[in-house]
Amino acid sequence: MKPQALILQAHGTNRDYDIAEALTLAGADPHPVPLNDLRAGKKRFADYQMLVVAGGFSYADSLGAGKLLALDLNSYFNEEISTFVESGKPVIGICNGFQALVKSGILPGGNWGLVNGNSSATLTFNQQGHFECRWVSIKPASQTCVWTKGLQASIECPIAHGEGNFQTNHQLLITNLQSLDQIALTYIHADGSPANGDYPANPNGSILDIAGICNPQGNVLGLMPHPENHIYSHQHPRWTRGVKGNSGLALFENGVKYASQI
Amino acid sequence: MSIYRILVRFTHADPRSAGYLSDARALGFHNLQRLECQDLYFIEGQLSQEDLQQLTLKLLTDPVTQTASWDEMPALQTDLGPDSVILEVTLRPGVTDPVVHEIVRAAHELGLNGVHRAATGQRFVLKFDPSVEDIRASVIKSVDSLFANPVIQHWKIGNIEPSFPEEVASSGAVESIAICNLGDDELLALSKDRRAALDLTEMQAIQNYFTKEGRDPTDVEFETIAQTWSEHCVHKTFKAKIEVHRYTGTQVDKYTVDSLIKTYLKSATDKIAAPWVISAFVDNAGIIDFDDEFEISFKAETHNHPSAIEPFGGANTGVGGVIRDILGVSAKPIANTDVLCFGKQNVSFDELPEGVLHRKRIMSGVVAGVQDYGNKIGIPAVNGAILFDEGYAANPLVFCGCVGIAPKGLHRKNPQVGDRVIVLGGRTGRDGLRGATFSSMTMDAQTGEVAGASVQIGDPIIEKGLIDVIVRARDLHLYNDITDCGAGGLSSAVGEMASKLGCDVELKKVKLKYPGLAPWEIWLSEAQERMVLAVAPENVPALQELCDTFDTELTDIGEFTGKHRLIVRYKGNPVVDMDNEFLHEGIPQRQLKAIIEETPTIRLSASQSVPESDPKATLLNLLSSPNIASKSSVIRLYDHEIQGGTVVKPLTGVEADAPSDATVLKPIGTKGMKGIVLSNGINPEYGKRDAYKMAWSVMDEAIRNAVAVGADPERIAVLDNFCWGDPNRPETLGSLVEAARGCHDAALFYGTPFISGKDSLNNEYLGVDGQRHAIPPTLLISALGMMDDITKSVTMDLKEAGNVVYLVGSYPPSGTSQSSVISDQSVPDVPKETPQVYRALHKAIQNGLVKSCHDLSEGGFAVAAAEMCIGGRLGMTVPPTLVGVFTEVNGCLLVEVSPSNATVFENQFTDLPITKIGEVTSDPVLKIAGEEIPVTELIRAFNTPL
Repeated sequence: MKPQALILQAHGTNRDYDIAEALTLAGADPHPVPLNDLRAGKKRFADYQMLVVAGGFSYADSLGAGKLLALDLNSYFNEEISTFVESGKPVIGICNGFQALVKSGILPGGNWGLVNGNSSATLTFNQQGHFECRWVSIKPASQTCVWTKGLQASIECPIAHGEGNFQTNHQLLITNLQSLDQIALTYIHADGSPANGDYPANPNGSILDIAGICNPQGNVLGLMPHPENHIYSHQHPRWTRGVKGNSGLALFENGVKYASQI
Repeated sequence: MSIYRILVRFTHADPRSAGYLSDARALGFHNLQRLECQDLYFIEGQLSQEDLQQLTLKLLTDPVTQTASWDEMPALQTDLGPDSVILEVTLRPGVTDPVVHEIVRAAHELGLNGVHRAATGQRFVLKFDPSVEDIRASVIKSVDSLFANPVIQHWKIGNIEPSFPEEVASSGAVESIAICNLGDDELLALSKDRRAALDLTEMQAIQNYFTKEGRDPTDVEFETIAQTWSEHCVHKTFKAKIEVHRYTGTQVDKYTVDSLIKTYLKSATDKIAAPWVISAFVDNAGIIDFDDEFEISFKAETHNHPSAIEPFGGANTGVGGVIRDILGVSAKPIANTDVLCFGKQNVSFDELPEGVLHRKRIMSGVVAGVQDYGNKIGIPAVNGAILFDEGYAANPLVFCGCVGIAPKGLHRKNPQVGDRVIVLGGRTGRDGLRGATFSSMTMDAQTGEVAGASVQIGDPIIEKGLIDVIVRARDLHLYNDITDCGAGGLSSAVGEMASKLGCDVELKKVKLKYPGLAPWEIWLSEAQERMVLAVAPENVPALQELCDTFDTELTDIGEFTGKHRLIVRYKGNPVVDMDNEFLHEGIPQRQLKAIIEETPTIRLSASQSVPESDPKATLLNLLSSPNIASKSSVIRLYDHEIQGGTVVKPLTGVEADAPSDATVLKPIGTKGMKGIVLSNGINPEYGKRDAYKMAWSVMDEAIRNAVAVGADPERIAVLDNFCWGDPNRPETLGSLVEAARGCHDAALFYGTPFISGKDSLNNEYLGVDGQRHAIPPTLLISALGMMDDITKSVTMDLKEAGNVVYLVGSYPPSGTSQSSVISDQSVPDVPKETPQVYRALHKAIQNGLVKSCHDLSEGGFAVAAAEMCIGGRLGMTVPPTLVGVFTEVNGCLLVEVSPSNATVFENQFTDLPITKIGEVTSDPVLKIAGEEIPVTELIRAFNTPL
């Protein structure tokens, strides 16, 4: 049976159908579920094998991107999501979903959940000071992360965010992210070399060119770019120049394959 | 209850402060040395210190990048030293602030139930150059241009008080307006007094109606008529009977045009009778056929007047409004288009007319407004244009378009007797009162002040909920009719929907943002994000359930009666009781006079008289001129990738920095490889010269652009958008008549029907000096084309060295010489074989013969060739014998073809104008007109900031 994927629809989620299409292509059965249906108990986290916190502008980014959705996750679904994560099922948060996972403490996770009720890392305003939509290249960098494990090729896909700049005040957290192989995706130049903070290869100023991180177990991935918008060749900005590929799809195929094995 | 004041500041570098500082520099405030922007929150309620700490740290602060402090009001004043000043800004009461609702909701979610109300603000710590003598004066000078817009905000040097809307109960008072016994002058005075924008004939029609009814109207009735009969709602100029005087030498040719819409626009569509047009001119948007399963809808609106006084809110709600037009035909929005016209940017403050915002501020506000709404609601912004002309300095133009997709046959437009009148979405406040009549008037220095109430601020997330609910309700057949609440608010939406059956509604049931609204205010409010539906009583519970799921409010305000009267009540008492037919058909047709002069007076503006002796300098100047230079700094602020269907993107080429002719979209959820093409044509420069030929040119431009990427020229539909000055001036109306006639003739020529349109007139500003500042006659043609196979799309970037470049279409235009730079003072004709050229080109694209294709438009051949080189990072060699390389022409494109396909390609153009004109080179140099220009120089010029 195909893995059943829960796509969380918060108030303002807007890339839900983009990710649904990617998951369908990758072999899962996607189910966009409004947050209120989960709150009302009409749908249950436990009935799904994958969880997606999709991109968008939940609550219009009021008080900071992902902040109020993070509050919802912690206020209403703390137990269900903890159980889901601990069971090892794959979870992915993209863009606004990543912001919510970080601000709720689900990422970086491990010892770096909420510290005194506060998140230890953040995705703050892009260094350029504004929202930006452009294509980037990212490198799968973690063998711990079930979504990126074994991926060799770089992924090309768009970013579309104003608050994607990964920052923390804890030097130890950075060391831990590296030692626990939690840096799942990094921004690179088109030739594959590290972006080293160069704009626009690193489009937002994230430390260590971080585009995505996972939890220490590796089943929860958060990332700013949108691989779900590169699942067909004709989505690539240079397909009319003969560039072939759909490099965003591999990430979802990996996640779906993993989900169907557990 | 107490009011607490919470101050949040950045500890990390804050790009927002940096942004304000660079804006300040750009506007010429060089004495400002440092700037720190902080966030202010005012919380009214009963909170312990611990509550406050929780609220601040968990909700209002990013613990990694920010720090916060709080006080009970009145807060302590901070002393910062002599060079610094604190400026605080908050919204005026009643201005929509979506954040405050979230603060209260989230505080309760955290268990902090003592939070009663909230308000937000900004605090600026400004440090000036010590040499500045009067710092307060410097601050005051900079406030309105940089930190606050008095229309929606107020500011204070030092600590500001928050403003909460007054909590007063409405008296429910309804005024009777004595009209029956007024003389003509008094009727006009009454129209002016209530800002109704009605003329004497219209006022007399109202007087006659109520004389027959044997009573005076209530204020609600009068306002309802004024909105329903406004230019904005009823397009009276376009429906007027116009007596035209056309001058040819000393000859005067007189004739009558009975309705521009009927005579020129709708008639063209009727004559073309394209079988794939599903709905034209009758609904909220035009609809055409897509495939066996789906139909595509398209609509473009303008939001010019609101954007002039509050650029962010005006543009923001312009986008929101046109999205609701698409919802109004039961479609899911899949793309936005945005065409913006601004005054020239580099102008000092002292040159501005009084009461007019600086153009830089208008532009940044408008762009931010478009960005905010489109990105948040999740609709890609995929096509547009930005134009600069002095004529737009006080009257910016904001054209917002939206494309939708819907399964065929599900849209209903047929309310039944007994259906409930259901309002969905946002709550009603005082926002946007009298917006429809406001947009029908000339603005003056006081407009900003008086029209403050017309300002609307959008809430895209509420509208996202409307999309979620309506698309599902449509699929479940839950409603019989639907329309959006736009100008005129409920009066217009409910009135229009009930125009056949009549209805009986209760205003007390309408959910309000704050209490205290008078009945006429509730009925007329243009509060955003509302739709009106006709729902059978048995379907209301199912619709309610959908609304609960998607956090959308549903209000049942009455029923469709079948009694053919519009009855509106407040607490049961009728405040409107009018005959439907009078309201919707009773407006007297306007009688207007138009004068068409033989040759419009023309003067070349300085920027156009470029010396032609130096083609290289001319080309680089053109590429760096704001109308041609790259718009990437704006395009990248808009999400153009969401929904995954953007196949040809607004920016293209090796480095994605060259301008596409048009956009190709494959709508999400469709099967097969079919796609749609979006493009536009607009040329105010031509509008100043010859409105008739301008209309032909912009039609050609829109179609040409669509064909360039692969649209089928036989299946393109267009929208018209006319933005003009005051139509009561016969010369202004004359050029409007000519433009409409041009639209008609060009549409028939190409076989391209209009499916919807919009006009925005009175785009004039009456300065305190008594001078009128009118916009250039501006016609936007937005094209929606079809293509069978998106994988056949062509982009404009050169692909490979060794390929051949052809020029297709009639060129050079007769009489052109090397000396005519850009164009002479005339408007180019459309060559007669143009439709055949487009068909031949389309066939060649279908057969895979075309590697790249770009149209000749502003800046002529040279600019087109340069942009293709930039796109491909390749060179092009053009023989120096080619003359008139900057001449603007219609109907011409450059086409790149591989040498092996050259003969086949040429054969497609038998008996049509085609010239082998150049070759693609690996050496990145454009060789043209005897010059050799490295592509790097072209790139640098093209990327000059706007």
